[in-house]
Amino acid sequence: MLPEIGHFALVVALFVSVALAVLPVVGAARGNVAWMSFARPAANAQFVLIALAFGCLMASFYNNDFSVVNVANNSNSSLPTAYRLAASWGSHEGSMLLWLLMLAGWTCAVSLLSRSLPLPMVSRVLGVMGFVSIGFLLFVLLTSNPFQRLLPPAQDGRDLNPLLQDPGMVIHPPMLYMGYVGFAVAFAFAVAALLAGRFDAAWARWSRPWTTAAWMFLTIGIALGSWWAYYELGWGGWWFWDPVENASFMPWIAGTALLHSLAVAEKRGAFKAWTVLLAIAAFSLSLLGTFLVRSGVLTSVHAFATDPARGIFILLFLGIVIGGSLALYGWRAGSVGFAGRFDRVSRESLLLANNVLLAAATGAVMLGTLYPLALDALGLGKISVGTPYFEAVFVPLMAPVVLLMGVGPMARWKSADVGELAQRLKWPALASVLGAVLLPLAAGRWSLGVAFGLLLAAWVFTTTAVVVMQRTRSGGGQLLRQPRSFWGMVLAHLGVGIFIVGVTMVRGYETERDVKMNFGDSVAVGGYRFTLHGVDEITGPNYLAARGRVEVQKEGGGPSFTMHPEKRIYKVQRMPMTEAAIDTGFTRDLYVSLGEALDGGGWTVRVYHKPFVDWIWGGAFVMALGALVAITDRRYRVAPKPATEASPLAAAT
Amino acid sequence: MTPRRKRLMLAATVLGGTAIAVVLVINAFRSNLVFFYSPSDIAAAKAPKDRTFRLGGLVEEGSVKRQSDGVTVRFVVTDTAKSIPVEYRGILPDLFKEGKGVVTQGRIENDGVFRAQEVLAKHDENYMPPEAADAVERAHKAATQSRETLKAAGN
Repeated sequence: MLPEIGHFALVVALFVSVALAVLPVVGAARGNVAWMSFARPAANAQFVLIALAFGCLMASFYNNDFSVVNVANNSNSSLPTAYRLAASWGSHEGSMLLWLLMLAGWTCAVSLLSRSLPLPMVSRVLGVMGFVSIGFLLFVLLTSNPFQRLLPPAQDGRDLNPLLQDPGMVIHPPMLYMGYVGFAVAFAFAVAALLAGRFDAAWARWSRPWTTAAWMFLTIGIALGSWWAYYELGWGGWWFWDPVENASFMPWIAGTALLHSLAVAEKRGAFKAWTVLLAIAAFSLSLLGTFLVRSGVLTSVHAFATDPARGIFILLFLGIVIGGSLALYGWRAGSVGFAGRFDRVSRESLLLANNVLLAAATGAVMLGTLYPLALDALGLGKISVGTPYFEAVFVPLMAPVVLLMGVGPMARWKSADVGELAQRLKWPALASVLGAVLLPLAAGRWSLGVAFGLLLAAWVFTTTAVVVMQRTRSGGGQLLRQPRSFWGMVLAHLGVGIFIVGVTMVRGYETERDVKMNFGDSVAVGGYRFTLHGVDEITGPNYLAARGRVEVQKEGGGPSFTMHPEKRIYKVQRMPMTEAAIDTGFTRDLYVSLGEALDGGGWTVRVYHKPFVDWIWGGAFVMALGALVAITDRRYRVAPKPATEASPLAAAT
Repeated sequence: MTPRRKRLMLAATVLGGTAIAVVLVINAFRSNLVFFYSPSDIAAAKAPKDRTFRLGGLVEEGSVKRQSDGVTVRFVVTDTAKSIPVEYRGILPDLFKEGKGVVTQGRIENDGVFRAQEVLAKHDENYMPPEAADAVERAHKAATQSRETLKAAGN
């Protein structure tokens, strides 16, 4: 009964979203208040209906209702409860329903938190979001019904893919989707502004916190995914430039560019047309990511099933959204203009350079991701573009972005004094170069790559410190009086620095050894001695495992501890899984995983020493924290007075 | 400087930067493409000698041999028509199995052995990597064709 209720709720939701996409938008065009007032209740109703559907799906998983195809394929009665609930989004159908739930959630949030916005604006924004949900509701109802019944019901389920039975998997998809779908809000604001033909500082100020929120979730989602790959795939890498990863990374880079251009649009009223284009691009890339990952074009843990109808549907929808919004852009953007005047050296010009570089980086990632797919689709052969390409392109494009990051926040809007900037940058530059030369020596081995990485990181830290000091000196002396958006920026930039330290140190100083070990054998890696004492048989809730006992001791004495890497065989899918043992520390991870049992006793064992690897994800979380702080800035909460709203300068801090 | 000239300068800077980026990208792209070859391609000497490429096919039954150091593995990749010996030093992915599809990346050495730097992990037991599937399919097609040619010649 529950699955039918869920299905029915989706059908009703479709009608609601059609009404939401049409009535308020037409109402806004005609000035019909009654039609416009329909937007908020419709957005709320849509959310309630889709949440009801999602609740029904979760209940089916919880109840082990194997008469539902989705449950029978992706769950099992011996699956622990938490994973049974998470299995709701562990399949293609369920994950698309999660996408919808997120979209409805964002729509509802806009409707509840937009009291200070003029009614026509709210109507258009909600209408555009309603339009997007029509697309995805149709997709779910026509091609990916999660409530499909199975007759006769299965005795038991086929179980969730063991790779997905992990706490990281429980939160990674919802976070990632919150980010993906969150860009729909920025997109809706942009399209609403195009429809209205009205762009002002208020428009940028409204869409800014939403964009920042989406970016925050996407950052967390990507970081969690990377962390998951690190500990779950059992070979210790954290980023593979895999097309699936790139699919989430492209909207992130475009979103980062959007965050920065929105700042210019809000404070200076410049870059408006470009900002609108970026908002369209960020969401289109989110849709493209969904298409790549969900259509079966890419084969990976994320592509659950290959069904051409699904791919074609998303591609069609992608075409309508991108084509439609670009056509609207072409028609209306002329009236937006590239307003604003600024000097060659000014915060605007520095942010422009940031945007050009980030856009180029997005393009480069897109080329490396889509070109092999295009060749394959056209039957021109199979090629792959691996890590070397992305590194060769990404580092030279991002290094200047990082250098600019130190300068931008110091530069004045409109026109910056080069002499003054140089004066301020003198000490950070000196300190960074010194750090780059000396720190690698302290770490033991000097190399150009490490020195360069640490130079960038030190540059970020020192220039950010100078910015903070400069602000507090000129801004009345009190640190706490600075707006939260300023602190958000400081945190996010520091996060980038932390991230760079992590990447640099891991690349420069990691040790990876694959060795054969008999019981009692030791191996020394990264200043630690690892001794394999034995491998025991253990039984988990739904798997059997060989569990190693590896004693670890710092070379030259010190306390020892035991690590327990596992090799699991999941009972239902008969799939082997490597469960690495990781000892996490502030400055290093120790990583041990079991390979294979050898004939004659002993095992092949992977022993890694990864210095500063956790700083990679730590940096990402500090970036996300910065975004969170920025969202809570007072000026986003306080309704602007009508008199100040007209002036783009009023919001400048 | 007049505002007009300023804007021209700005546009020139942006265009110049973009042009540099494009050149950089295209260059890196061309030198880092990894092509795919099947065992039959290698046997027909179509694969490059001095460049990394991908080799895909099935792991021949009974061919996996662990060397005495314990971590070097030798196996044979076949597309059912031709076979290529592969050597890999390291721990194989969980789903590496005899008789199943595999994709490896590395170079072919003068002794005719493919030294793999990477054996690609798969996520699902029943899933055949598209490259591997492609190799086997092409070998089948070639076999059917040559049989038909023989028949045609015999008539």
